[in-house]
Amino acid sequence: MTITDETRRADAADVALFEADEVTPRTNTPSPGDTAIGERRALRRATLDERFNILGALAAAVALATLLFGWFTPLTGPIGWVVVAFVSFIGFYSLLVALRSDGQEVRDRIMTVLLVCAGVVLFSALVFVVAYTIIRAQDALPHLNFITQTMELAGPLDPLDMGGIVHAIVGTIIQISIALAITVPLGITTAVFLNEIGGRFARFVRTISDAMTALPSIVAGLFVYAAVIQLITHQRSGFAAAMAITVMMLPIVIRASDVVLRLVPGNLREASYALGTTRWRTVWHVVLPTARSGLVTAVILGTARGIGETSPVLLTSGVTAVMNWNPFSGPMISLPLQVFDFVKSPEPNMIARGFGTAAVLLLLVVGLFAVARVIGGRGPGQLSDGQRKRVTAASREDAIRMANAASAAPRGRHAVVAAESSPDPVSPPDTENLPKEPSQ
Amino acid sequence: MARPERHGVAVIDERRSLATRPSRSDSIFKTVTFSAGAVTVGIMLCVGLFLSLRASDALSVAGPSFLVEQQWSPETGVFGIGAILLGTFTIALIAMAVAVPLALGTALLISEVVGGRLRGFLVSLVDLMAAVPSVVYGLWGLFFLQANVIPVSQWISTYFAWIPIFRVSDASGDVLTEASAFTSSAFIAGIVVGLMVVPTQTSIMREAFSQAPVGEREAALALGSTRWGMIQTVVLPFGRGGVIGGTMLGLGRALGETIAVYMIISPIFTINWQVLKTGTNSVSALIALRYGEASEFGLSALMAAGLVLFVITLIVNFTASSIVARSRSGAESG
Repeated sequence: MTITDETRRADAADVALFEADEVTPRTNTPSPGDTAIGERRALRRATLDERFNILGALAAAVALATLLFGWFTPLTGPIGWVVVAFVSFIGFYSLLVALRSDGQEVRDRIMTVLLVCAGVVLFSALVFVVAYTIIRAQDALPHLNFITQTMELAGPLDPLDMGGIVHAIVGTIIQISIALAITVPLGITTAVFLNEIGGRFARFVRTISDAMTALPSIVAGLFVYAAVIQLITHQRSGFAAAMAITVMMLPIVIRASDVVLRLVPGNLREASYALGTTRWRTVWHVVLPTARSGLVTAVILGTARGIGETSPVLLTSGVTAVMNWNPFSGPMISLPLQVFDFVKSPEPNMIARGFGTAAVLLLLVVGLFAVARVIGGRGPGQLSDGQRKRVTAASREDAIRMANAASAAPRGRHAVVAAESSPDPVSPPDTENLPKEPSQ
Repeated sequence: MARPERHGVAVIDERRSLATRPSRSDSIFKTVTFSAGAVTVGIMLCVGLFLSLRASDALSVAGPSFLVEQQWSPETGVFGIGAILLGTFTIALIAMAVAVPLALGTALLISEVVGGRLRGFLVSLVDLMAAVPSVVYGLWGLFFLQANVIPVSQWISTYFAWIPIFRVSDASGDVLTEASAFTSSAFIAGIVVGLMVVPTQTSIMREAFSQAPVGEREAALALGSTRWGMIQTVVLPFGRGGVIGGTMLGLGRALGETIAVYMIISPIFTINWQVLKTGTNSVSALIALRYGEASEFGLSALMAAGLVLFVITLIVNFTASSIVARSRSGAESG
């Protein structure tokens, strides 16, 4: 921070002092006097020297690799060129840095360059995976029929303006809804059990559910195939697929909600107990509302995993080209399985449809993720600005209401009853005083 | 604690029992949550028990040779997961060789080098990538990477053929160079699976690195250390548990990955040490390949294979989580 900043802040403090007498400044900033105030400097900017080192090393590396490959040696191929250029870039760069600084500095520079390289390689690869799918989906996606028709009447050789994947979209929605209807109540109640009841059995439950996160999803599918399809229903169905997704998602949801519930501050619970509430009311009115955004995030991220996973439904849902609204009878395909089924065909149109379906799936997952980010991303008890305003308004109203009730009934008995019977579910008063952590 | 005294006479309250009787709503609450826990455990134990029971049919026929036999034909009674298990581990190890350096570098980059809004953006990007469905990675591997990685495979096998695993030769030992000998290999599947597990590993490692105590960081910098010196002496030792744990959790996912591997590899049932050569196999791809045509006993054999895979990932995951947990408690006390 520069001197100008300090003086400006001191001035602001003086003004504040002038305006409101009770404010006392914590520190005294001495006046800078005659000292010249220098220009602002950007602290993290690279110096000219450093930039020339990078550029020079790059130029030298490219030149050396081209020379080696073009003239001096029998080396060929673009991959070899890239490897040689990269290695010589590191070499030249360390040489250039070593001209001006010691070994420690050289190592620091090289490692920084390597870290940046790792990041660039990783992020470009990951972004490229997604972008490649979206780009290849350009053939199929612009046709409106792709998301309004089924594949019932469209064969592999039909052009892209026939047939679509609405049956797979419906299948995905039905399957994930059944799975969520089981995993959300069961998973969150189990997580509450782990955190609020505790004891030896809870530890056992936690161990088992941690172990089950290791269950490969294909084995979950195999289990449902052997236990449900072969023994009971004797046919593949949307319900069997939903069971497989449930077996896979349940441990994920339990673990994620367990972590979120553990973050609920203990003083909130204690405050609630101190007011004489029961355990059940503490959980319902304090713990769950405080952890709500985290729980929603946990469920949404679990949903994203459940929607995207192909292997459990591969064995259980069956492949079909027609719309099936009934999860209990007949095969019901879902989006990931539809992708897999499309690209098994050698026909270019089917492959284009596969990429289109993958893009729809990807957009669905990204959409869910964005929703999770908007809702969650905040620790338990941290409120957004709007929420904070609402909570403040609600507690102000409560204060007025209580004051009125107290003045109306001087005996005080009614006021106590009123306060007991209507605890405000969303606004534990402590949440406002929690230390605000910067998000991320 | 001093007893309350009033007017010189000691007033001794009767001792109260601290045990409370739960109210009715509480006992209902307790019963409901307890039974939710019991149902969860019931489902999961049911999966485990069912798998073990059904697998035991096949295991009792095959005996210990199940782990070394390469052929897979349960109908004739000759079956085992020797080749398949090796293929699974080959793919997973290649995936780790691709993923761990990238994940480690990126985690350090995010937690130590970049700052401000870029850091928040990169963290979200990593988390988002962890949610991308595996079939998308599979598509990319099949339609893009396959064609573009073959020159790399050829290059490696040309210049590093003196290392046995990078050699590509046919049954008689002649070196193969044509492109068709390099398709659908464990190498390609490993790269795809590696990219798939990198985001998970990166986010665990970054989490561990960002928990390195600020005091020690500042102390190292104040003693004149460079940024890398500080990373070496403070961040990496504190984050060691996170690095190992993240690596092993990624390994667990890589071992169990199905669909991307199934789309890329061409399944074989013999041991293939040459990672660049066409043909490999993995347990989950085997299940996806054979479940439909399997008889009752064949299904039992597949369950045995699935059970072995489950036990392996279970061991890997538990080791990982115990390492992560231990390192975290150490970081807090330090």
